[in-house]
Amino acid sequence: MKVSIYRYNPETDREPAMKEYELDTQGKDLMVLDVLNLLKEQDPSLSFRRSCREGVCGSDGMNMNGKNGLACITPLSAVAPGVKEGKKPLVLRPLPGLPVIRDLVVDMTMFYNQYEKVQPYLQNNTPAPAIERLQSPEDRAKLDGLYECILCACCSTSCPSWWWNPEKFLGPAALLQSYRFLADSRDNATEDRLSKMDDPFSLFRCHGIMNCVSVCPKGLNPTRAIGHIRSMLLERGV
Amino acid sequence: MSIRTITFDAIVVGGGGAGMRASLQMAQSGFKTALISKVFPTRSHTVSAQGGITCAIASSDPNDDWRWHMYDTVKGSDYIGDQDAIEYMCQVGPEAVFELDHMGLPFSRTEEGRIYQRPFGGQSKNFGEGGQAARTCAAADRTGHALLHTLYQQNLKSGTQFYNEWYAAELVKDSQDNVCGVIAINIESGETVFFKAKATVFATGGSGRIYSSTTNALINTGDGVGMALRAGVPVQDIEMWQFHPTGIAGAGVLVTEGCRGEGGYLINKDGERFMERYAPNAKDLASRDVVARSMMMEILDGRGDGPDGSYVYLKLDHLGEEVLHSRLPGICELAITFAGTDPVKEPIPVVPTCHYMMGGIPTNVHGQALKLSGGHEGDAQAVNGLFAVGEVACVSVHGANRLGGNSLLDLVVFGRAAGLYIEDALRQGMTQYEPSNDDLDRALSRVRRWDESKGGESVASLRKELQSTMQNHFGVFRKGDLMEEGVEKLANLRERIANAHLEDKSGAFNTARVEALELDNLLEVAEATAIAAAGRTESRGAHSRYDFPDRDDENWLCHSIFDPLTKQLGKREVNFKPKTVDTFQPKVRTY
Repeated sequence: MKVSIYRYNPETDREPAMKEYELDTQGKDLMVLDVLNLLKEQDPSLSFRRSCREGVCGSDGMNMNGKNGLACITPLSAVAPGVKEGKKPLVLRPLPGLPVIRDLVVDMTMFYNQYEKVQPYLQNNTPAPAIERLQSPEDRAKLDGLYECILCACCSTSCPSWWWNPEKFLGPAALLQSYRFLADSRDNATEDRLSKMDDPFSLFRCHGIMNCVSVCPKGLNPTRAIGHIRSMLLERGV
Repeated sequence: MSIRTITFDAIVVGGGGAGMRASLQMAQSGFKTALISKVFPTRSHTVSAQGGITCAIASSDPNDDWRWHMYDTVKGSDYIGDQDAIEYMCQVGPEAVFELDHMGLPFSRTEEGRIYQRPFGGQSKNFGEGGQAARTCAAADRTGHALLHTLYQQNLKSGTQFYNEWYAAELVKDSQDNVCGVIAINIESGETVFFKAKATVFATGGSGRIYSSTTNALINTGDGVGMALRAGVPVQDIEMWQFHPTGIAGAGVLVTEGCRGEGGYLINKDGERFMERYAPNAKDLASRDVVARSMMMEILDGRGDGPDGSYVYLKLDHLGEEVLHSRLPGICELAITFAGTDPVKEPIPVVPTCHYMMGGIPTNVHGQALKLSGGHEGDAQAVNGLFAVGEVACVSVHGANRLGGNSLLDLVVFGRAAGLYIEDALRQGMTQYEPSNDDLDRALSRVRRWDESKGGESVASLRKELQSTMQNHFGVFRKGDLMEEGVEKLANLRERIANAHLEDKSGAFNTARVEALELDNLLEVAEATAIAAAGRTESRGAHSRYDFPDRDDENWLCHSIFDPLTKQLGKREVNFKPKTVDTFQPKVRTY
């Protein structure tokens, strides 16, 4: 099969270029990460991030034939029709909208900054009990679909609103995290959390495009979480 | 010798659960703490832990008792876990787990609003007399993910200084073997820096990548063990490798023991629930070493399925869609992705897969690394300035076989314990040891060796050969002559790796350089494992030999100590003196 990969080494390349590779996969439906590992044996200078290789660490978010996803849990057959059969090239690029450090490795500082801005930790100023803080199964269920985020950045880097205002709009990943704590019955910093987002940019730049939902490798729905925060802000304003 | 130096009170190497629990403790107390991690911390391997954290918090059973947990752990260790350390872990455990809840960890809940606990292998009530216990605290089947993110979040809040995507390459010590810090490389730029600190805490995790088939992440290359061995620090019980019963056949991806805790069971190709024959009482919830061996026996006896008869099945469909989707959602995803089977409908093909390193750097309960002048417990001396916590350490709570759910407990309890100890020591005034230029030069020699390499074999091919050597010569069942052959192959690999080639010498995000440095560490761990495995002439826990099929308490009721300077295997007494309970005496171990 043919693989076309975005290559850029800041020390030697004046500009990025796509490099073409040939690989014999024997028709197997490999994961994209397997393909990258095989190519790295041929060409050790190819750089990409990877760790768990099972879709839980969020290291290998990248753009595969135009769509963001995790290389380790995306089989060739799911990239695009014809890729597995070698009829169409596999095209790998770094996540869009972030500065490239080298090859498929992007600088995620902006993404992490937005995460940190939402105070992504439980806040509760009442004294902790000697055991756990009790939480009903119903209250706990409110965290499902939120806490599973792996910070892979597939969502935020596919969001046009975030491309436009990456410093002012928090982006889907950070907003999902924000709601994860707003929804937690053990957290009591709701007012403070909401007041920090009550401006035209932090949250309200979301236009419901829903790219975040269509690319999330964990099947999460940031748009819905943003909708919940929006309602909370509106109620608060009334 | 000019190298940029960055100075801290304490540095932690490794951003998994143990490292971040330690750094959190120290950062909260206001000491200048850095955490150096080769990946962004939430990409560390703790994230892959699924089933839960075992601890007697008395939620599922209000009468649960940490002493019962201690009994199970001692028995699970096949009696070479240190009883003072196991006592500490089981007793302090509930406090450490409640802290995690207070930090925000989204545990699953019972109707009473308490933390949900599920049964895991090797658990009992009333010292083995009261039947199966349910003691593993869970956040669905994503407990490690929930724990790791929670700890990262708390570290952000507490101002830990993170050096993410920095690779710690070598320990720096002075001429008296006192530890002064580490040499680390900024992966993004390629810059090499000396991190100087009064306390250096290794929390580098395991080394499962010495095997070809492993549940471990690609980053688990034994960096801490490698650095320790090169610095002359011994390792303990390093022959003890856990093979997890349920790795997805072919892919090696982990399927939690929680599946069997929730009522799943193993079947052979005839559909027989074979664990009933091997462990009539505990059945599929016998200890991991027992289940893994039973599976291999089924496969070797021709009752495995698949084209080569090389796997058995984990059956879950009888639990029903609702239970599977609420309690084991991550497993359903993994099975569909990596085995192409939906557990709601079909069983998952599974095979015992390398999972956990029970051995490691010997430490006391404060995480202080130990060097050993003789075989007696009292002969152990702390290595000044060096600590180890989590999987890289051997404190030793797991002995010859770790119980499921005890690794997460180990890492929060001992990460915390090391943090508390260092905090206190810093307050009282810890010495900052100063390396000479020669000391620094020595620590830099390995990085330099690769950077100056001009030709030779490739890292990828040597790594593959190393992994298949370990897979074929040091697997679930072991045999003297086969292991001796393996030891020879590794000696040959050592020479070749010393002359291997790093082609790409660029600075910016050079992952080829990181992989080269990792290969040195894989070799150190593999060689220590091989020599220790060949040297322990008995079968105990995870170490099972055809040529020595029985446990030999007369000669081997002890830790093994691998000395990197002589490459000889020594012995060290096991601690049988818990402080508040009677000693658990070794018994025949059945489930």
